[in-house]
Amino acid sequence: MKPRLSLLLAVAIISASALAYEVLLMRLFSIIQWHHFAYMMISLALLGYGVSGVFLALNRDRLAQLFPSTIMANMLLFSLSAPACFLLAQQISFNPAEILWTPVQLLNLCSIYLILAVPFFFAANVVGLSLYHYKNHVSSIYAADLSGAGIGSIGIILLLSIVFPEKILALLMLSGIFATLLVSSYTFRDSKHWTTLSVIIALTVIFTPPGWMTLTVSPYKSLNQLLQVPGTKVIDRYSSPLGLIDIVKSEITPLRHAPGLSLNATTEPPEQLAVFTDADNMTAITRYNGNPETLGYLDQTTSALPYHLKQLAEVLILGAGTGSDILQANYHAIKHIDAVELNPQVINLVQRKYADFSGYLYSSAHVDVHVDEARGYLAATDKAYDLINISLLDAFGASAAGLYSMAENYLYTEQAIQEYLRHVRPDGYLSITRWIKIPPRDEPKLLATVINALKDANVRQPGQQIIMIRGWQTSTLIVKNGALSAEEISRIKQFCNERSFDPVYYPGISESEVNRFNIQQPPYLYQAAIALLGDQSQAFIDAYKFNIEPSNDDRPYLFHFFKWRTLPEILSLLGTGGSFLLESGYLLLIAALVQAILASLLLIALPLWLWKSKLGIEPGSGSHLRMLAYFFSLGLAFLFIEIAFIQKFILILHHPLYAITVVLSTFLLSAGIGSYFSANLSYRTEKPVFILPMAAIALLSIGYSLGFEAITEFLLKTGSLSRYLFSIVLIAPLGFCMGMPFPMALAKISQTSPELIPWAWGINGCASVISAILATLIAMQFGFTVLIFLAVGLYGMAAWCFPNSIRV
Amino acid sequence: MKRVKHLIFWLVVIGVILLLFSTHVIAEDDFHRQRYAMVNIIKGEVTATREFLNQESLDKRVSDALENVPRHEFVPDNERPYAYINRPLSIGFGQTISQPYIVAIMTDLLKLKKTDRVLEVGTGSGYQAAILAELADSVYTIEIIEPLAIRAAANLKRAGYNTVHTRTGDGYYGWEEAAPFDGIVVTAVASHIPPPLIKQLKPGGRMVIPVGAQFMTQYLVLVTKDVDEKITARQILPVSFVPLTGKH
Repeated sequence: MKPRLSLLLAVAIISASALAYEVLLMRLFSIIQWHHFAYMMISLALLGYGVSGVFLALNRDRLAQLFPSTIMANMLLFSLSAPACFLLAQQISFNPAEILWTPVQLLNLCSIYLILAVPFFFAANVVGLSLYHYKNHVSSIYAADLSGAGIGSIGIILLLSIVFPEKILALLMLSGIFATLLVSSYTFRDSKHWTTLSVIIALTVIFTPPGWMTLTVSPYKSLNQLLQVPGTKVIDRYSSPLGLIDIVKSEITPLRHAPGLSLNATTEPPEQLAVFTDADNMTAITRYNGNPETLGYLDQTTSALPYHLKQLAEVLILGAGTGSDILQANYHAIKHIDAVELNPQVINLVQRKYADFSGYLYSSAHVDVHVDEARGYLAATDKAYDLINISLLDAFGASAAGLYSMAENYLYTEQAIQEYLRHVRPDGYLSITRWIKIPPRDEPKLLATVINALKDANVRQPGQQIIMIRGWQTSTLIVKNGALSAEEISRIKQFCNERSFDPVYYPGISESEVNRFNIQQPPYLYQAAIALLGDQSQAFIDAYKFNIEPSNDDRPYLFHFFKWRTLPEILSLLGTGGSFLLESGYLLLIAALVQAILASLLLIALPLWLWKSKLGIEPGSGSHLRMLAYFFSLGLAFLFIEIAFIQKFILILHHPLYAITVVLSTFLLSAGIGSYFSANLSYRTEKPVFILPMAAIALLSIGYSLGFEAITEFLLKTGSLSRYLFSIVLIAPLGFCMGMPFPMALAKISQTSPELIPWAWGINGCASVISAILATLIAMQFGFTVLIFLAVGLYGMAAWCFPNSIRV
Repeated sequence: MKRVKHLIFWLVVIGVILLLFSTHVIAEDDFHRQRYAMVNIIKGEVTATREFLNQESLDKRVSDALENVPRHEFVPDNERPYAYINRPLSIGFGQTISQPYIVAIMTDLLKLKKTDRVLEVGTGSGYQAAILAELADSVYTIEIIEPLAIRAAANLKRAGYNTVHTRTGDGYYGWEEAAPFDGIVVTAVASHIPPPLIKQLKPGGRMVIPVGAQFMTQYLVLVTKDVDEKITARQILPVSFVPLTGKH
């Protein structure tokens, strides 16, 4: 029996909604909790797919007899559970900071991802049941699933751009009901009661007064902390896929946001409005009346140093945000400023909504604002600057607690530093300001990265071009495009003396100068700078208890400091307040992987052991193990390649959000087409036909991987539209081939032992969950290129398991 | 018969009262025992971190203060069972009461004398103020979150610290009328050290600031103003951890 178009459409809608729900949950939990926990919860919730596989495998015949009812029930249950489970999960009081002290928090975390797994379970049932019911047309069902997911990945980004994230839950609910209506009206004609039920639920959702869905943000996030202060209130709220922005006004107590202010400062900031992204990461819009004298406090921070080294004319601010670096440049009467900011809503706030408050800062004649990603902007311009400035782009809290460890960051890689320096005029400066951490982590890592970048650019004595200073809260690293002069060194000393800052390094520094005002015991940063600039830098990096290996584009993890060797020592210090030393982001990823592996073992191995015959495996047959290996390898390899290519293409497409959307949707849509096309190959019996797509995947992946630098170089020279088009053209053939191996094997099984289809679906689900987490860990440790080669190896293994063997 | 019943009634009543009283005494005794154990743990930790704290052991006066102040009186009822575990606790409104070990070293770093005048910015539960009151002549404490300020004042009163001066409001400008201070503790984390607070520090005075998020102190900053009014800040790691050992 061939599936009707209405059913395929309904499967696509459910898959689109499930993918949209996954992305939406990431956004919602990043707002109410923190990003790294959001990642962990959602990765594990996807195990709902694995559970579905086992559930279907054990109950397949009973469910197949009632196919129309079960599929519609699952569609409706997905619709209802998507918002309900989120509401329930956010009611669970979970505070990650207390995990070390209160074991019950772990239980709360587990409850959250078990609850969130429910909607994915129902969505997976819809696809799994359809695959089993239409066993002779698996390629069409799988094509609908993949294409739906591809459309979902674009749809959710569009929705997040126009609707507040909590409102999207209702829309997803309606889309699930619409899928049910589609099936009840067009696929199964005699199911009027399902139509009636769907209509009633849909009308209830539409006419329920808004407000039933409110977000319960953790009281420990900085937005809620500020809102405890009398007279504070949220005066504006904006949403985009890049984050939820809240603007807070404090009517009684002034805000006074001035991080890194010198201990000698006597002035305080003018009136400010606080701007929060995802209820955290506070920055401020400062009232500016055009009088630079009111900005004196900005000259009392370490980031002001370059303005004191010589007269600067052209300045580039990367990550301009709400404009404090521009105000700092204004204080120093800079003639022209280019300001680059990724988030257009932040620009809009300063440029339009609070233009009067901010003194029309972004509309000034000498300021040009660019909505772009830092490296993307630089790749497309040939302008050169006296100063390129990058200051405090991440909030102290998250940066200090090691939460960003798994977040890729292309701003601080060797290649990025080289790119910045190419745009610095001779004798100009690159200045990077960061939070002080004790003991230091990102500062020595950044220093090692800068030194490597200079060495790669054939600078013989990097130490002649580097300056670093520190206050009690921030440090500033300056790289000059040329050797530093005696005059500049004397100005550094004067600047530091006047503000009670300490020099960390400049050419010719002596140890007696480095620890006078902000005493570190020992002077960690000075020791690191001297060691990293010396002959034994690699030995220093190896011996350091945190990972301070230079970051590069293949391993762009500036914030990954974890070293296994140090773990026992840190664990022994947990009771004495040493929990902040724990690089929790990385450990959580490991914990998520362990849990995903254990859950997968439970879901795959346990049923295999207990209910072998119930699964449909004949006694004495051993080839099901090869089938297991086949589908497991495919599940791992698909996401390895997908994740590696998303990361590689971020560099070409610049904007992480657009890159993820374009690459993911191209992969999924072309894989959907590939799956549909695979039906033509599945009828053939010769072995090479089955291996063909996998051979093509291997060839294309290795080819792209080896030629990636050339591809990047070529694409970066082309225009924006052509970069996107070329990327799609490059990815689509790979995705097309990647969509084939799964349905081809399912088609083969459907001829020999169709009862194993749900089991295969479950194996694939479990492998995908493990794959997403494992891919990140492998990339952090070995880089994206290794990840791609591993994926090719896994496809090779799948090819080896495929031929003739799937007869159980 | 009536008399016997009467007698039994009164015996039961007295028995219940004695039972209630003895539970209270037992509980108080139990809290005291736990407090004593906690102080011993803290002493051990300070000795282990001596290299970073620049001192051999915890000042006896500080450990006595920790032993005297009933921490359980400063935490919400549901947190009382954990009052003497060396860990931070939630006190509502997104705020926490610091880990006792951190309270101990912060207090020790102030090097208070019995005649000193101390300011605390961020009263929280009132526990730190009570510890300071054990060591200094007068303690002034400011809290911006009104319900917390009211609760802390009540906690302090209940625990017998009637001389602590409490105020609800913005701590940025310190307590002008009572300035200058020999010691200042800024427990409410600010984006920078308020210049007015540095101004209100006496020459020779010390200011301690914990840096980090709720539940997690990253490091402590000890600001000192010498007799010539020169300001220095010392960044202190509260644990015994060296990122690098050996020479390169």
